[in-house]
Amino acid sequence: MKKLFNPTRVGLYLLLILFALIFLIPVYVLLVSGLKPFVEVEDLARMWLPPQNPTIRSFADAWAGVPEKGIRGLGQNLLNSIYLTVPATILSSMLGSLNGYVLSKWKFRGANIVFPLMLFGMFIPYQSILIPMTMTLARMHLGGTLAGLILVHVVYGLPITTLIFRNYYAEIPTDLVEAARIDGAGILGVYFRVLFPLSLPGFVVVIIWQFTNIWNEFLFAVSILQRPEAQPITVALRNLAGGQVQEWNLVMAGTLIAALPTLLVYILLGRFFIRGLLAGSVKG
Amino acid sequence: MRQARRERWISLAMILPSIILLAVFVYGFIGWTIRVSLSKWNGVMPDYTWVGLENFRQLFTSEGGVAAQRFGIDMWNTLFFTLFFLLVCVGLGLLLAVLLDQKIKGEGLFRTIYLFPMSLSFVVTGVVWKWIFAPGTEDRLRGVNALVSAIGLDGLRWGWYTDTTSIGPFHVALIPIIIAAGWQMTGYTMAMYLAGLRGIPEEIREAARVDGASELQIYRRVILPMLAPITLSALIILGHISLKIFDLIYTMTGKGTGFVTDVPGIFMFETTFQGNHYSQGAAISIIMLLMVAVVIVPYLIFSLRREVEL
Repeated sequence: MKKLFNPTRVGLYLLLILFALIFLIPVYVLLVSGLKPFVEVEDLARMWLPPQNPTIRSFADAWAGVPEKGIRGLGQNLLNSIYLTVPATILSSMLGSLNGYVLSKWKFRGANIVFPLMLFGMFIPYQSILIPMTMTLARMHLGGTLAGLILVHVVYGLPITTLIFRNYYAEIPTDLVEAARIDGAGILGVYFRVLFPLSLPGFVVVIIWQFTNIWNEFLFAVSILQRPEAQPITVALRNLAGGQVQEWNLVMAGTLIAALPTLLVYILLGRFFIRGLLAGSVKG
Repeated sequence: MRQARRERWISLAMILPSIILLAVFVYGFIGWTIRVSLSKWNGVMPDYTWVGLENFRQLFTSEGGVAAQRFGIDMWNTLFFTLFFLLVCVGLGLLLAVLLDQKIKGEGLFRTIYLFPMSLSFVVTGVVWKWIFAPGTEDRLRGVNALVSAIGLDGLRWGWYTDTTSIGPFHVALIPIIIAAGWQMTGYTMAMYLAGLRGIPEEIREAARVDGASELQIYRRVILPMLAPITLSALIILGHISLKIFDLIYTMTGKGTGFVTDVPGIFMFETTFQGNHYSQGAAISIIMLLMVAVVIVPYLIFSLRREVEL
């Protein structure tokens, strides 16, 4: 019944491959320009062609900077991103887990009103809270600090982490909770003995989601952190690429460095990333 | 009974910190921003003198001068950007999902490629596409211009995101930004549609086949209507993202010559933090909030109510 050569199938695969190639153009551009020395980037006739003398010098320069050209390196900023992302991700995930537990297994009166009000917080344009936020951080002596930015990311991460955990715990049979209650477990006992040990997949989804979002975030970071040496990598990258850039080899190498952490997580743990993605549309 | 009441208190104590934080940081701060938007604070020092809707009037009437002009352009840009961005994401996302639903060998690889831009920062996307669409100069062509010129298609050369021409109120400089944004977010709709397609039981397709429907007819008459709720979700989620877009355009082009690529998010940021026009920035942000709320609030109410019924 099946033909060896089916023109429709061949067309289908050609179309899929064509789209894949189009989607990969930016990756090609990043690699090709990032691996070129400065003299080759200047040769615009060859800008779309692979480097003739490939070098990783641009990556080293993008990391460490080129002081004599006034170019700041991104190495410090990458570390800042790590110091920002790791605590903010852990804190918002843990709080989200507790909230999700209460909202799925210990519904209180008014929970049906409180929950949507919490969720709304993840859709607002953050411009609408930016002025009070920077003023409040300044008054708390957290203005211009990474700690302030961590606090902000924890708070505005709460809606999505709560949502994902609430939906996750709703799938866990209430019978399990009941059984633990009969065995004498209290509310915390149920959480630590029943829910938490079953939470690993939920935590993986939430942690990946928060890690990616906080790493990639720009508006909060650029509004809170003015000192170049304190900024996370997204802000530093935009500064590097701003204005009339000449050293595109450096910019592209820097872009790859900035993109690599979230890209690696996506490639290694894509399945969980997609689950977070779909959870973000409230019902999924 | 005492035990039960104690546990009720513990459960509230577990969630209360989050509720208080969000109450302050979301609703308290929005209230504060509204107050700023109704004030005279358009200098370095805070000034909460009440001026009513004056800051909004300045944005919408000719009395506002350049600000009103800029804001008018911003609203048109937002409208066209949103429209075409949604069209690209939904159209291309659906197409890719349907193509991938044909029992494709290597489906996982294709899916990974179409979706990977979603894992990147808008800043990364902005920088790369800034390189791709940089027009260069007449004697030193860059980006796509260099490419089309090299293959003899000089007619396709233009200013891309630096071009200031417009068709009616539509600035053509938005096209490269729409492409970049579409590149980043199409995978999202594809993933949603693919999840939807996988949720349709094979029996339904079988039944249609038995009734003599062709594969194309099955898609048009049976499957696409079943995907309508997903389309609605995608339109709302992507729509609200495009209404508040900032990072991508700020990185790729900024406001542009004559505000050709300006949007309210950029206007708000610049007028507030670079121009010290806090009240004007607050007013812009409240308009953005209202636009997003119009889309999101009904969606939240609807999807949570449906959940309760289930």
